[in-house]
Amino acid sequence: MFRLIPFDTNYDILRWRLPSLAIAFALMVAAFVLIPMKGFNFALDFTGGTVAELRFEKEPDLEHVRATLEGAGYSNPVVQTFGAATELVVRLQPREAEGGEAALQESAAATGGAIADLLGEPGNAVTVVRSDFVGPQVGQELAENGVLAMFFVIVGFLVYITFRFEWKFAVAAIITTLHDVVLVVGWFSLTQHEFDLIVLAGVLSVMGYSINDTIVVFDRVRENFRGLHHVSANEVLNRSINQTLSRTIITSVVAFLTVLALYLYGGASLEGMAEAQMLGIIIGTLSSIFVACPLLIWLNVTKQDLLPKAKDDSELDRRP
Amino acid sequence: MLEYARWKYVVALIVLLASALYALPNLYPQDAAVQITANRGFAVDDALDARVEGLLKDAGIAAKSVQKEGDSLLVRLESADQLRAAELLRPALEQGYTVAQNLVSTVPGWLEAFGASPMRLGLDLQGGVHFLLQVDQKAALEKRENSYAEQIRVVLREQKIPSQEVTVRPNDILVRLSRAEDLSKALAVLAVDAPELQLQPLRGSAGPGFTASIAPAALQALLTETINQNVSILRNRINALGVAEPIVTRQGDSRIVVQLPGVQDTALAKRVIGATATLEYREALLTNTDAVEAERTGRVPPEGRIYYMRERNPDGSRIPVVLAKRVIAAGDQLVAATSITDPESGTPGVSVTLNASAGKRMFDFTSQNVGKPMAVVYIERVPEVRIVDGKEVRGTKVTEEVINLASIRGVFSRNFQTTGLESPQEAQQLALLLRSGALAAPMEFAEERIIGPSLGAENIARGLESIAASFVLVLVFFVVYYRMFGVITNLALLLNLLMLVAVMSIVGATLSLPGLAGIALTVGMSVDANVLINERIREELRAGNTPLNAIATGYEKASGTIADANVTALLAGIALFVFGTGPVKGFALSLIIGILTSMYTAVSVSRGVATLIYGRRRKLAGLAI
Repeated sequence: MFRLIPFDTNYDILRWRLPSLAIAFALMVAAFVLIPMKGFNFALDFTGGTVAELRFEKEPDLEHVRATLEGAGYSNPVVQTFGAATELVVRLQPREAEGGEAALQESAAATGGAIADLLGEPGNAVTVVRSDFVGPQVGQELAENGVLAMFFVIVGFLVYITFRFEWKFAVAAIITTLHDVVLVVGWFSLTQHEFDLIVLAGVLSVMGYSINDTIVVFDRVRENFRGLHHVSANEVLNRSINQTLSRTIITSVVAFLTVLALYLYGGASLEGMAEAQMLGIIIGTLSSIFVACPLLIWLNVTKQDLLPKAKDDSELDRRP
Repeated sequence: MLEYARWKYVVALIVLLASALYALPNLYPQDAAVQITANRGFAVDDALDARVEGLLKDAGIAAKSVQKEGDSLLVRLESADQLRAAELLRPALEQGYTVAQNLVSTVPGWLEAFGASPMRLGLDLQGGVHFLLQVDQKAALEKRENSYAEQIRVVLREQKIPSQEVTVRPNDILVRLSRAEDLSKALAVLAVDAPELQLQPLRGSAGPGFTASIAPAALQALLTETINQNVSILRNRINALGVAEPIVTRQGDSRIVVQLPGVQDTALAKRVIGATATLEYREALLTNTDAVEAERTGRVPPEGRIYYMRERNPDGSRIPVVLAKRVIAAGDQLVAATSITDPESGTPGVSVTLNASAGKRMFDFTSQNVGKPMAVVYIERVPEVRIVDGKEVRGTKVTEEVINLASIRGVFSRNFQTTGLESPQEAQQLALLLRSGALAAPMEFAEERIIGPSLGAENIARGLESIAASFVLVLVFFVVYYRMFGVITNLALLLNLLMLVAVMSIVGATLSLPGLAGIALTVGMSVDANVLINERIREELRAGNTPLNAIATGYEKASGTIADANVTALLAGIALFVFGTGPVKGFALSLIIGILTSMYTAVSVSRGVATLIYGRRRKLAGLAI
């Protein structure tokens, strides 16, 4: 059998717990400061924009139309056939800064004419059937329900992890997961990469990767706390991390490579999602080691925390 | 030592076969089609079939098939002919049928007999049906002007200012007062009470009075509010129909775009989108012979109006009934509605709950009028196209029918039932419409097209290829790294994918890009589960366990870890599913399904396979891991 990680690895990860927690904390604060300051580069799904219906004389090549529009500075245009192959509907984000309702409608009309000129070729003239301002695809309720969903996710984690482990593990797992999600979201704010519904799905899956990684490590911590005697909490955590290290690396590398393929070859629409997931896998893996476990130490987790308490008491009672 | 119950093998085998069966429909492409369903009073029958075939033949459109499927007639054709066929059939059948374009499955009958159907693909991956609706802003404006006129009347009455007339005119409201000295008081009071109105005193001989018009800013706000309300009600209605991940957006000042993914009952959706059925509860003033007499002589009480019953006399003539003009309660005062079957008469109906104020009115009315008749009026606005002087004129036909006329047997307030509807379908649709609220303004269909996927075909193909390629890489890696156990892992991963597709197809999920993100996550977690097991077995071997013992302990210990990690992620999925909308819901659904299938395949199936391979070899020296 060949192994990536030798069996007897024993890195003293927790020696670095102060700097690693400090870095995590600093990054999180930076993200929290950055997000309200820079905001997001929301995509068409969230902002609305111009929708133009175009009629071509001959069947156009959709990829070519898309590329031409991108070349002219319209980011991520949506191009769809509409009824017939010679008719297209094109959705674009407004290029200029927003004005009132009337201004949007006016600029939408102008945009229609501009892209018709852009896409028209000799022998394949383009007529604008309609060019309108279109409202956002997702309503306010997505944001409101999103906050509600987030709240229940946290409550669910808190209850389940407290039930299966202990409240300190629950708190550490939730903070670690939030840390990962906030950093990924912060990245999209920092780079101003486009944030659309698909990126949102990517961010949600980061949450999944992150909690999964953390729970797997915690599970081993629990087992070791119960099984090892006369060993300090530091040592238990270190051993747990080292024992699961090979699994952590294999899983993360495999997942990362899959998403990398998507990022490289999946085309523009999948790029944002893949970017979020790649980032999430890296941060989630690192944080399950360098954030979640140091947080447990910081919360002063002990062997007693994980022993079934009710049973202990009843046993004590039975003693003479 | 290594044990795996026989019944578990049976279950695994059944799961494998069922998954293959239910995943199979996804291999069949979809047909472009025109779907025709009957409105009330009309039927999908052979005569319709013959008529449709005749129309298509005359126009030279070759259909692949014209067949009754379910409740509707489906005309399957080449996609190039679809729009033309729909535009041909729509006006011809407008009176009794709803004609909608659709994408329908080509799954053969024997597969459908098992209830197998393909997964729906979202608008981003496949496209769907696109409706453009024109909102009748004028109607909304008229409605608002009428309510302002009513408000002015109330204010004048409260302030004891006698008036000669309060009339709604095309662009404003004309108010003429009896006494000139009241004018300034009236203006002052109204300026406070209805600040959105611009008040203009009448000049010269027009007499004491003023005109009231809605201020431009308020007018703009009204129009925006109207269309936004219609958008949100449409979202409710379409969600209630169970269409996953539709797009409902505002376009321009007065239009709304609705896009539904393919393989849906688009005709039903179309009927529900544009429908404005509602109920009104009114006191019945004259019934039976009294009402017939009133209709004949034309002497109707001033506070009443003639309505007609939905049922007719045996000779086909209509049954009149005189109802009060004042409405006790109307559909827009409902807070809940469900369709029911009346246990006594067996007729379909709706059970409704009124809001507090209408409930109180109903209570007051019924407590004062026990034994007197009350009527339930069913009002439906159906868009119609008439040909006037050779030109198409769009309008709406309003039908008002009394569906239920009964004596008030007891006092009731907020909760009660209304029966007398024609069919359970009508009851369901009415309940849905009542629940989702009243449209702020009527709408009509301006356009209907099949819209292509929002992602380019090339884009989708590339995405799928890269997913497939990386998946193959993962499989190769496992075989190299874990050898025999890698093969077992790969079997588990492949079965997981097959099950995932099958379950998504069975529950009728819509797969779109966010859903794919969810699947990617669960495949990742499934990989993780298998890695956890294999690493654990290696650890046990290293700790000196016998091979068989190592397998047993490895699976046991890893199972606990996998369960904890997956249940936690499952909780997140459930919260997102319950509270999320649209794409978030799609993501959550595929996450939930994926976690369940991955837990089963990684923990149970792979263990079964491992037992099958190693279980009987008692003198096993080593493991290929």
